[in-house]
Amino acid sequence: MPVPPTFLSPYSDELDLRVTDSSLRDGSHAKRHQFTTEHVVDIVTALDEAGVPVIEVTHGDGLGGSSFNYGFSHTPELELISAAVKTAKRAKIAFLMLPGLGVKDDIRAAQDAGGQICRIATHCTEADVSRQHFGLARELGLETVGFLMMSHSTTPEELARQARIMADAGCQCVYVVDSAGALIMEQTYDRVAALVAELGDDAQVGFHGHENLGMGIANSLFAARAGAKQIDGSTRRFGAGAGNTPVEGFVAVADKLGVKTGIDVRKIIDAAEDVVRPVMDGECLLDRLSLTMGYAGVYSSFLKHADRLSKRYDVSGAELLIRAGQRKLVGGQEDQLIDIALEIVAEQQ
Amino acid sequence: MKATAAIVGSGNIGTDLLYKLMRSDLIEPRWMVGVDPSSEGLQRARALGLEASSDGVDWLLGLDEKPDLLFEATSAYVFRANAPRYKQAGIKAIDLTPAALGPYVVPAANMMDNLDADNINLVTCGGQATIPIVHAIASVVHVAYAEIVASVSSASAGPGTRDNIDEFTRTTSRGIEAVGGAERGKAIIILNPADPPPLMRNTVFCSLPEGADQDVIAASINKRVDEVASYVPGYRMRGEPQFDGASDVNGGMSRVAVFLEVEGAGDFFPPYAGNLDIMTAAATRVGEVLAQSKVGV
Repeated sequence: MPVPPTFLSPYSDELDLRVTDSSLRDGSHAKRHQFTTEHVVDIVTALDEAGVPVIEVTHGDGLGGSSFNYGFSHTPELELISAAVKTAKRAKIAFLMLPGLGVKDDIRAAQDAGGQICRIATHCTEADVSRQHFGLARELGLETVGFLMMSHSTTPEELARQARIMADAGCQCVYVVDSAGALIMEQTYDRVAALVAELGDDAQVGFHGHENLGMGIANSLFAARAGAKQIDGSTRRFGAGAGNTPVEGFVAVADKLGVKTGIDVRKIIDAAEDVVRPVMDGECLLDRLSLTMGYAGVYSSFLKHADRLSKRYDVSGAELLIRAGQRKLVGGQEDQLIDIALEIVAEQQ
Repeated sequence: MKATAAIVGSGNIGTDLLYKLMRSDLIEPRWMVGVDPSSEGLQRARALGLEASSDGVDWLLGLDEKPDLLFEATSAYVFRANAPRYKQAGIKAIDLTPAALGPYVVPAANMMDNLDADNINLVTCGGQATIPIVHAIASVVHVAYAEIVASVSSASAGPGTRDNIDEFTRTTSRGIEAVGGAERGKAIIILNPADPPPLMRNTVFCSLPEGADQDVIAASINKRVDEVASYVPGYRMRGEPQFDGASDVNGGMSRVAVFLEVEGAGDFFPPYAGNLDIMTAAATRVGEVLAQSKVGV
């Protein structure tokens, strides 16, 4: 399927990279899904003013994520998307969905709420579950992005095969998604390069980083050098685990390197400090649990669940996460953290 | 006297089902139908003494003797085309596809309600594993909302499941409501590619009214697990049901969580494919109940 030549650059064809801010989606994990319309209006206003071209707004686990397993939303995500759309003057509003959790009707509803970019995520070896959703999204005229989650857990070659499945299904940009924040520089480069080689002009390549090993900005630069055209971040790192690549940090570095993102450095620095930080319950830190996740290759959104369960069952949160890594849990298996907590409790008795 | 049975569909599901039916005291599998002359499933069936043909249901319906029971292990599309012909021939069908033409049946929840239906649909693997538990809870307290998470190994999820993953979530959600008895149902499916492949896992969350009697709920769950295990031997609970009070992330609801594991019997599928085993085991159970009602054993 041909990629419209201008979809990358909502303002200018001169941009080198398109940055998507995910603080109102990935940050939902850190906020335990308690975003209000006011939070969304404040953050979108500031990011839009700073020139962030795409802002993602959804429950952390995507459309339909509001649940016992992942945590219920304070405010229905369609209301949040709608508020973001009404607030943004220039930015496009994106939304996330995970096949197996969300369904096609959720995509239609998000578009009705004004969402323009449909981001569809699967585990990095299971891209074929997304075919029907990409097909629908393109039929509806939505721009599409594909997320290959937990990309550290497979080879560049396999990732490229999976990216091809998404591209053939109608995906316009396939992301290498470092859900566990476990990739380190060349590992990022090799994965992005493999996708660029496979996809050629059929689709772009993107990179979504986490800070669990402190590598977000470095990995994003390696991704860009390997040919990625879209980069995710979250202002003030507001995301799962130790958070995402900080948009303000990435934009500052890009600016010094002469890489054009279209985002105003001073304005995004102010937005991070003055607008995003006050919405956060706490900074996203490279602390014991989040570093453990990067080290053990564990899905970042398990953080708050492990933290809560460690208190509920009086077990070590780090041990919970290490075992989640040993069991090779994938994104979405939050329920199995309770099973692990029960296993540890049983061993202690 | 055993009820005679035909299996339509000579693939993996049909073959695993055949192995289970061969062990039944109530059902005699006599015919297997496929469409591919080189099908290994048909060869296996012949080796086990069945009459098998690759000429499709035309062959089966042209035989002088009709089966008492028919198990459909093809696809939703094929079953939709076949179902009217079975009805015309007076053959009762047990549908393992996601076609959902007939009423949903989960043996440990609503088996006796639907014995008269022309064809019976088995919901989904996740539905078979979790709806009995939702039903067990909803039979002792009001369940405003039930949610299930089914984790299956990637190796056990075929192209049909992958191309139609929305069908799984929608059909299972409806089954949680229609059969499980929850006011609102939600289903989530996760594919895990870990190697060696992990056993099928299922988690059931049900909202509870304030002050619900936890002992009564736990007893009802435990009893129901035993009932399912009577026809799915590898079905078991991991740990005890977990009760949590209302909180923000729980949407202001109290809840119970039940953790289940399904290890397959290893008939044709490897044991990790509990999601496939529970479908053929449930189909066998439904067939046996129908056979009993038919021949008055």
